[in-house]
Amino acid sequence: MGNDFVVPAIVAVTLVTVGIGFYGLRLARTTSDFLVASRAISPTWNAAAIGGEYLSAASFLGIAGLVLKYGVDVLWYPVGFAAGYLALLLFVAAPLRRSGAFTLPDFCELRLGSRRLRILATAFVIFIGWLYLVPQLQGAGLTLATVAGSPYPLGALLVATVVTANVALGGMRAITFVQAFQYWLKLTALAVPVIFLALQWQADGRPAVTPPDGPTFRAATTVVVEHRATLTLPDGDIQEVRPGDELTFAAGDPVPEVSGVATDASDWLLPSAAGNDDRGLFATYSLILATFLGTMGLPHVLVRFYTNPDGAAARRTTLVVLALVGVFYLLPTLYGVLGRIYTPQLLVSGQTDAVVVLLPGAALGDGTRGRLLAALVSAGAFAAFLSTSSGLLTSVAGVISTDVLGRGSVRGFRFATVIAGAVPTVLALHVSGLDVSQVVGLAFAVAASSFCPLLVLGIWWRGLTDVGAAAGVVVGGGAAIGAVLVTVLGPPLSGWPATLTSQPAAWTVPLAFTVMVAVSVATRRRAPADVAATMLRLHTPEALRL
Amino acid sequence: MLAEITRQDTRAERTRAELAQQTQVGEALVRGLVRAQLALALRLSLVVVIGLGGLPWLFAIAPSLGRTTVAGVNLPWLLLGVASFPFLIAVGWAYVRLAERNEQDFTDLVQRPER
Repeated sequence: MGNDFVVPAIVAVTLVTVGIGFYGLRLARTTSDFLVASRAISPTWNAAAIGGEYLSAASFLGIAGLVLKYGVDVLWYPVGFAAGYLALLLFVAAPLRRSGAFTLPDFCELRLGSRRLRILATAFVIFIGWLYLVPQLQGAGLTLATVAGSPYPLGALLVATVVTANVALGGMRAITFVQAFQYWLKLTALAVPVIFLALQWQADGRPAVTPPDGPTFRAATTVVVEHRATLTLPDGDIQEVRPGDELTFAAGDPVPEVSGVATDASDWLLPSAAGNDDRGLFATYSLILATFLGTMGLPHVLVRFYTNPDGAAARRTTLVVLALVGVFYLLPTLYGVLGRIYTPQLLVSGQTDAVVVLLPGAALGDGTRGRLLAALVSAGAFAAFLSTSSGLLTSVAGVISTDVLGRGSVRGFRFATVIAGAVPTVLALHVSGLDVSQVVGLAFAVAASSFCPLLVLGIWWRGLTDVGAAAGVVVGGGAAIGAVLVTVLGPPLSGWPATLTSQPAAWTVPLAFTVMVAVSVATRRRAPADVAATMLRLHTPEALRL
Repeated sequence: MLAEITRQDTRAERTRAELAQQTQVGEALVRGLVRAQLALALRLSLVVVIGLGGLPWLFAIAPSLGRTTVAGVNLPWLLLGVASFPFLIAVGWAYVRLAERNEQDFTDLVQRPER
């Protein structure tokens, strides 16, 4: 690679993150400071912080990679990631803030008064948090390996160490400033290069994204294969490639068809049609359901709502977040589209997640401008890993320190942070080859099938009982977790079983709701006696409280 | 005049107390608010379910729609990649306004018990 700006840019982002964390450290004094930043954070800061925390490796790198590989069908990822905030706004934001719950386990206890349900919720928070942390650390390892040629474990260890130390020492007040800064950095890191890329595309005579003869290499390229695949060469030959294989293409050569990739222009350009592809339609709806309903069940998202002063502020903050992430999600698609023109070799090597960091260099050349922009994008990618992992780690450590260790002290929180950070680091070092966006998608599916029904029914339906809630979470969430484990660890599947396990939300979410309602109705005598008081608290404006 | 105001204040106080003590009147007021907010949230979700959720189905049954281009870009790319975000923000904005209005109505009802 040899881009001498990348490493300084990544070091700068890391130092600024630590620096702001240290600045916050001087402000953090008590346990309440650590956990909820004393609720003294303005809505704009809070919204930028929520956005900064939310836009993870999957958003920054993954979406562009998926668009490059699969085309229009995966645009539902960014739409769903943004729409998740609308669902959160409509059904959860204000009542959750008014409930006074700080974490999901808190909400279970407040609403249903059950210790056992609280323990169950704690287990799910930790599972979802870790499931979401592993791909962040992997993304860091892969990015550093791609742009700086370092060994894979270095990037993962670097991010894990910085984040663990920062969360353990600074707590959430520090994190708020860090996250808000990182939202704006991520937006800049994608928005500025895209302007130059668009100008370059104009200057190159607007090459077609989907040329009639399929994508071609613009320059002589040597591809090192990263993932096993079957290539169909233009002369009809079929070639099996394995990781490590090197292939050489001359300028103007057509890109071979790669198994599992939408190489054909119309597959990529047009939505999957009915009749020939019912599974595609099912997978699309499943993805929509998981992302729309999963956001509200992500542990690091909900913690933020407690930092709003009241329910109305929580609503307004959510609306600002929706606007901020909506603006951001306009950008990754453009990288995926331009990647079809400038970096088709990634389709062959299988490293499509790297398109965002490689595109500026590939399109603009090795001049100073190209290298500076590549460095900016790498810095943004690191901001994405750092901020999302910080948020996840804060919330996982929060539930471990209060629910597992049973201590609310600052020391307990620090100890919990180290545990919470160590487990996903070890996993990330030993599990590789997982697709960043796919794992994140599975985390959304688990959240949508466990916490979404719990929150929605808990907030709007008086009839929910503790037994019903637990049954719904165990059956729905358990089915989603089973699907995750089969997808990640199980044998390769094909046909309907593959679709049902890799995109489980369309059957696990309705299952969770049905079980939760049915069991609650069957055990209706167990409905809490104080449900009327809880409803009053959740739904009436704070000004009327006595 | 002064006595009038005092009497109104006392009534408002009583309604607040009814809320807090969960008398039947207070209970009915809260139920009404919850129902209004839920109906609002469900109505706006329906807008999104039809507006966005209908798209995959529409593209599937009318493939020619996918080939339609606007300014050189295929329609599904424009709808999903660009137009969906302002649409979501507009729905969210409408929700915040209408939900706050519901709460204002509820507050007025509690503080002016004669109505």
